[in-house]
Amino acid sequence: MAQKSPQPEEFLPLPAATFHILMAVAEEDRHGYAIIQDVATRTGGELKLSAGTLYRSIQRMLDQGLIIETVERPDPEFDDERRRYYRITPFGTSVAKAEATRLAKLVKWARTMGFAPQKA
Amino acid sequence: MRFYGVMRFYRALLHLYPASFRAEYGEEMCAVVARRHVSLLSAVFEILRNAPAVHWDILRQDLRYTARTLSRAPGFTAVAILVLALGISANTAVFSVTDKVLIRPLPFPSSDRLVSVWETVPGFKHMELSPVNYRDWRRMNTVFADFGAATTFSANIISQGAPERISLAVVTGNLFAVLGVQPMIGRSISPADDRDGAPQTAVLSYGLWQRAFGGDPGVLGRKLDLDGKPHVVIGIMPPSFHFPDQEAELWTPFQFPNSAFEDRDDNYLNGVARLRPGVSLEQAQAEMNLIAGQLRREYPKELGNTGAYVNFLRQDEVTAQRRLLLLALSGAALCVLLIACTNLANLLFARALVRRRELAVRTALGAGRERLVRQLVTESMVLSLSGGSLGVLLAALALPLLGRLVPSLPVSGMPSLDARVLSFAVLLTVLTGVAFGVVPALRACRGDLTGLREGSRAGGGRKAGLRSALILTEVTLSLVLLISAGLLLHALLRIQSVDPGFRSDGVLTLETALPMPKYAATTKRAAFYQRVLSDIRALPGVSDAAYISYLPMTMTGGIWPVDIDGRTLDRSEDHAASLRYITPGFFSTLKIPIQTGRNISDSDTRDRPMAAVVSQSFARRYWPGQNPLGRHFKFAFLDRTIVGVVGDIRVRGLERNSEPQVYLPELQQQDDSLVGYTPKGLVIRASGNLQLLLPAVRRIIHNADPEQPVSDVRTLSEIVDDDTAPRAVQVRIIVAFAALALLLAGIGIHGLLSFTVSTRSPEFAVRVALGAQPGNILGIVLRESALLAGAGVILGVALAYIAGRAMQSLLAGLNPGDASTFLIAAALCFLMTLAGSLAPSLRALRVDAITALRSE
Repeated sequence: MAQKSPQPEEFLPLPAATFHILMAVAEEDRHGYAIIQDVATRTGGELKLSAGTLYRSIQRMLDQGLIIETVERPDPEFDDERRRYYRITPFGTSVAKAEATRLAKLVKWARTMGFAPQKA
Repeated sequence: MRFYGVMRFYRALLHLYPASFRAEYGEEMCAVVARRHVSLLSAVFEILRNAPAVHWDILRQDLRYTARTLSRAPGFTAVAILVLALGISANTAVFSVTDKVLIRPLPFPSSDRLVSVWETVPGFKHMELSPVNYRDWRRMNTVFADFGAATTFSANIISQGAPERISLAVVTGNLFAVLGVQPMIGRSISPADDRDGAPQTAVLSYGLWQRAFGGDPGVLGRKLDLDGKPHVVIGIMPPSFHFPDQEAELWTPFQFPNSAFEDRDDNYLNGVARLRPGVSLEQAQAEMNLIAGQLRREYPKELGNTGAYVNFLRQDEVTAQRRLLLLALSGAALCVLLIACTNLANLLFARALVRRRELAVRTALGAGRERLVRQLVTESMVLSLSGGSLGVLLAALALPLLGRLVPSLPVSGMPSLDARVLSFAVLLTVLTGVAFGVVPALRACRGDLTGLREGSRAGGGRKAGLRSALILTEVTLSLVLLISAGLLLHALLRIQSVDPGFRSDGVLTLETALPMPKYAATTKRAAFYQRVLSDIRALPGVSDAAYISYLPMTMTGGIWPVDIDGRTLDRSEDHAASLRYITPGFFSTLKIPIQTGRNISDSDTRDRPMAAVVSQSFARRYWPGQNPLGRHFKFAFLDRTIVGVVGDIRVRGLERNSEPQVYLPELQQQDDSLVGYTPKGLVIRASGNLQLLLPAVRRIIHNADPEQPVSDVRTLSEIVDDDTAPRAVQVRIIVAFAALALLLAGIGIHGLLSFTVSTRSPEFAVRVALGAQPGNILGIVLRESALLAGAGVILGVALAYIAGRAMQSLLAGLNPGDASTFLIAAALCFLMTLAGSLAPSLRALRVDAITALRSE
């Protein structure tokens, strides 16, 4: 029985943690701890993902096809056996784009209402 | 050090996650936590927040998957849900009655401390107390915190509108305190109300208050006319209060006059006491034995063989027969559920085997065994929850039928699906889901990848063995049910064929209880009876009509000791007779044959010798082989002369032995004496539709006395049917259960053989190709079902005999090993096996060698 393939819009709005994880693995394949660090750096320490939130999100994102576990590993000297690396899928990219568009629109509307500062 | 402690704790907390998630990510999560030096509190918080979410994610996934797989097999899904619904509804409905009648505590505070207290004489364990014995027992005991008494009664009430006949309880002043209950409005009866000469007071039930006074709170202090005597309403009880049974709608105090304490043989009080804290039932019984012994020595003439019996009120309320009836029903319902579970386990097992390829693929793709088991258990839980919900609905529909199994208890009438019963249903549903889901799931997921081999077939010898064992269980249980149902049905038919001694067809009955003191004078009553009876006899279609104290089978009491030649015979079962006053037409109306002597007549008045018509067993017992006519005996205070002998009737119902009967002429009843025996039961023999007669009869009674209510309108056939109603209901349900069990077992056998045929079709094809005849193939298939049926019948017969012995007292003397019942049941079982085997056998015959072998 053929299943209808899901549309990116079906996943919106994206939970904040999911969006951040997508951004973290968009640049390069990252393992769990690296994702946490990347998110923390990008947000200036504002968002520190807990291990539980991270792996729960990862499990769900794997099921949804937003990311995959990569088979290639970095050089063995940099690698820890326990680590798995995650990579964004093309579908994950389009979901992230759809979420960014949604957010941008939201900000635009907020701006017209005077809720957000005008562009410099 | 502290850090290692946190890590250990964190690792332990990881067990809150699903095992598959833990296996996948546990190590990495520990690594992250170790690097970040997380505090204990935040680790706990993090896990408590995320673990349920992960469980929920997996559950949602499994549910989606289950919905897909189940919708792909709608036939299987429908059968599974229906089978479960039947099993769960049977148990829920039966439990709602069993719980109400046998388990649930009575609705009084610390009701486990409440006991009933009885007098005993040889042959009778439950005899009411006489007021004087009650007074002495209450005074002398140290084991009861308080000791009250009540008796039921009925009276005509005139409040607003038409006169009405109601049941009421007369109680001692301390009874409400003994029970520990408070009125909803006003006050309850207190010892001050219970003194001779105190103003007459009444407490109303919620129902009567609503019905007769429209729920008006201003009713307190108002006067109410009970059998012509004014009573002041002092309180209203809450709707949940019922005592001593459901029927009582009003409570008044006894106000014993001094004369009530004279006769130690005048027994009519139901004793209810509350055990003193720390006193056990045994201690209470021991002390009451001592007290009864002491009184026996003081009053050897009256209390020569009177003892005391104390039992928990809860246990005394239900007769042993009712208890057994319900236990048998519960057992039968459980059998149905077990068969349903076995059947489903088998179905799921077959599905799991067929799905081994799918499961093996998922294992190969990395799904852990725990994940697969969890998936399969989710599937069985979805089935059982759907079945359970449907089952509760079916149970709600079945409750009105089961309501007839509930005896009159001090609790409200019908069983209902309340929180308690629903919790039972939920528990049952979950247990069922686990029972039939887990084992097949574990076995199916015994992780190997052989399922992936090309052309691998589902099923193997070892597993077929387990499936056969399940079917064997089904056949055995269904035979046990079938035989039990057969025995009970046989017993019911046997009881219903007992001759009651009278002809019940074509007789309308009703009650007009004449109030005292308005009708204290015999002449006044006689005038009423005469007018009513002659007017009714004049109605078209009526052949005869009469009055009697109590209609047969409606009142089991009214038993008196017999005194012959100045010697009072032992007041045990064998030497007592039932006393009834009648008007002359009674025997002809009920077609009770007069065997010798004469009927009671209008000339049996008080200025003539006291006449009595006795039943044949009475005459035989005291004057065997002699002419009983003209013999004398003392009965109910006076010397009586036998003028006639009639056939015996079943006063106590079809199942119980009845005492011999003594009928006395109503015209010879003394004023103010034996008031309780004043004839009130009216019997009318007529042709045609009896109900059509009713308006005319009501009009005649109204014309005779406009204040006289009519109650308990029934046909005599209904009274006789009611006597066996609980049994008839039970038998009907058990027969339905047995039919259901048979059907389920048939489905089980069908399923097993279909499976055998589909897995062995390549083998059959080879055999056919090698020249086997259709008969050989058929033999292989049928041999399997015959073996199962044979083994099931042997086991079932043994178990059914044990079950029959356990419920022997319900069998009305039928042998629990009754050969005809066993033979019919076994034959039905074989027929069911044959029916279940039919379709798979035909399919085996149609196996096409080419097609079957091509897939290999």
